[in-house]
Amino acid sequence: MSIVFDRPKSLTDVPLHYCPGCTHGIIHRLVAETIDELGIEGKTIGIAPVGCSVFAYNYFNCDMIEAAHGRAPAVATGAKRANPDRILFTYQGDGDLAAIGTAETVHAATRGENITVIFVNNAIYGMTGGQMAPTTLPGQVTQTTPYGRDPQIAGYPVRICEMLSALDGVALAQRVAVDSVPHIRDAKKAIRRAFENQINKRGFSIVEVISSCPTNWGMEPVKALEWLRENMLPYYPLGVYKSKE
Amino acid sequence: MAEKVLMKGNEALAESAIRAGCRCFFGYPITPQTEVAAYMAKRMPQIGGTYLQAESEVAAINMVYGATSTGTRAMTSSSSPGISLKAEGISYLAGSDLPAVIINICRGGPGLGGIQPAQSDYNQATKGLAHGDFHILVLAPNCIQEMCDLVSDAFDLADTYRMPAMILGDGMLGQMMEPVALPEPHESKIEKPWAACGTEMKRPHNVINSLYIKPDELERIVMDRYARYRHIEENEVRYEEFMTEDADIVIVAYGASSRIARNAIMAARAEGIKVGMFRPITLWPFPKKALDRVADTARAFLTVELSMGQMIDDVKLAINCRRPVYLANRTGGMVITPNEILAKIREIKGETL
Amino acid sequence: MSVNHQITIAGFGGQGIQFTGKFLIYAGMQAGYEVTCIPSYGPEMRGGTSACFVVISDDKIGSPIFSNPSLLIAMNTPSFDKYEMSTEPGGYTFVDSTLVDRKAVRDDVTTVYVPATGVASENGIHSLANMVMVGKILKETGIFSYELMEKVMPKLVSAKRPQMVETNLKAIRLGMEL
Repeated sequence: MSIVFDRPKSLTDVPLHYCPGCTHGIIHRLVAETIDELGIEGKTIGIAPVGCSVFAYNYFNCDMIEAAHGRAPAVATGAKRANPDRILFTYQGDGDLAAIGTAETVHAATRGENITVIFVNNAIYGMTGGQMAPTTLPGQVTQTTPYGRDPQIAGYPVRICEMLSALDGVALAQRVAVDSVPHIRDAKKAIRRAFENQINKRGFSIVEVISSCPTNWGMEPVKALEWLRENMLPYYPLGVYKSKE
Repeated sequence: MAEKVLMKGNEALAESAIRAGCRCFFGYPITPQTEVAAYMAKRMPQIGGTYLQAESEVAAINMVYGATSTGTRAMTSSSSPGISLKAEGISYLAGSDLPAVIINICRGGPGLGGIQPAQSDYNQATKGLAHGDFHILVLAPNCIQEMCDLVSDAFDLADTYRMPAMILGDGMLGQMMEPVALPEPHESKIEKPWAACGTEMKRPHNVINSLYIKPDELERIVMDRYARYRHIEENEVRYEEFMTEDADIVIVAYGASSRIARNAIMAARAEGIKVGMFRPITLWPFPKKALDRVADTARAFLTVELSMGQMIDDVKLAINCRRPVYLANRTGGMVITPNEILAKIREIKGETL
Repeated sequence: MSVNHQITIAGFGGQGIQFTGKFLIYAGMQAGYEVTCIPSYGPEMRGGTSACFVVISDDKIGSPIFSNPSLLIAMNTPSFDKYEMSTEPGGYTFVDSTLVDRKAVRDDVTTVYVPATGVASENGIHSLANMVMVGKILKETGIFSYELMEKVMPKLVSAKRPQMVETNLKAIRLGMEL
């Protein structure tokens, strides 16, 4: 008998705390598989965010640093500058990366900081129980937009990949999703490319992963993925926004 | 002893940091400490280190957090408003048991305040730097030689106790030029098995973290940290006494104000008033016991501060209020003169001696 | 006699005010004294005025700043206006009389009028009025010997411009001859 499916070596053997149907588990797995395939676990340092994936430091087998809310790109910058031969990745949600940490994100990107950023966009603050995120869609109901996000009051969502694609320091800005098997395959390729870019010293690579939050969206997991396809993908089109060859 | 060279406080401090093995500097321009950053920008590339101008003070302290998480000696430097911005990062450093050196070349406040020398960040540095139960080491030089020596010690103490250390200077010390003997370059021997610098597949993963979701676990971690703080209070206190043996009035002053107080002491002695000085060099840990001993013989204390009087509370606590404690101060960037201190000394003499 | 010089140097940015301060304390250090020098800093620098405060003492120096210098060097009119009254009674005030068009209002200090900028210009070393002034101060006060200047100058002049050592010394000699 041969093993056809196993836990990636660079994931620890502990149960994830994520809600049923949450796609963080898939994204963790894609990152871990990539680290395994590239054989870089021993030289990789991951930066965990504040948000639902705050405990990512427990799940990856490589060395991990927990950052303050939004500061992961700055923390990764410090670690990478001190250790240029190490592989640095941040794993951040939308509140972390696109609201409180916008400055750190934009400046790490424009410096061409040679790091890999995994950006999980599920259009809501999950950890704190479902408040408006910078990426919450117009009309979307959350705890802090109980009448639906009104752009006249709360402004418009931020499209990070489009925004960062304008910066010279960015090597890769790609948006993927994890709502279907083909999309997950594409996501894996993008994540692998983002790590390879770092190995090849190409500069800042960000992969934005459109993700679901069944709990805080108030939907069953399958319905949440449908909602994602119907509502998020039109607003956040998948694709490569910037790619330095 | 190395030959003495003339250097500005900010530059001497920066050079000494490099000689103490600082390999990463992250900063943001702010008067009156910008020379530290400018010096680092020039020197770091020459030694294969990192100088990076951050997009903000917040980013700078978090870059320090990242670098020191990997076991690299790292430093940032700012002045009062910038330190407030770094507060979050310093709390995380403390909560993650990370060493780091933070320079505050203090200026007048609050708000944007001014840019002239001040000591109005004493309470911030020693008590209320940011959220949570924690301390950082606070060292207060009063000459350029100490700017050098203490920054070197700050790195060692920070590594030894795995906590941030601050050099609390002021615009006067940062800007002034004085002869200094620079320390020889020295490498730290302190091991950092906790560093998150890549496992090389030779050990379980290291995690740098300040999050403890279970309250009993967090309580235990904080209490362990405070046990370490008690040890530091017993072993790392530094101070200097000047003519305290026979002094009726003992001035307590640190940094710039201790320099000015010296002139006042000489003038008072010339008038026959026995004045001495107790100069805390570590502001945390504050030299409580040593100061309390001075209260056995001194009849009155006078704190000289470039603030509305912040250290004065620590002086009263240290001596259990068993002697009167007076304040001579200027604030907002105004530097007190020896004559102003002397006038206060005469007043105290009239009231209590 | 104990040595305790407190020197205020003030003028326009570009007149070498800070260099003069550094030069004097370097000389003081070489002569075995305790020394400090602190510049005024901040936005006023942007306005083109420059000042620094020098202490040279045979005792440990307390405050590096002081209200009443024993010696004032005023290299332009705004500086003279600002600091003239600060000089301690019995002290010295040196004024660049090429740029300062008025006389001192005080008679309790020794005021020395030195056409430093004019002399420097006439000798093709326009930027070295400060060193001409230093030469005159040496002569009037005997604070340092010329031999010490010869020893100190090479240490402070940029290695990229070694010819400036002699040019600076020439300026000092011009001042001493005034």
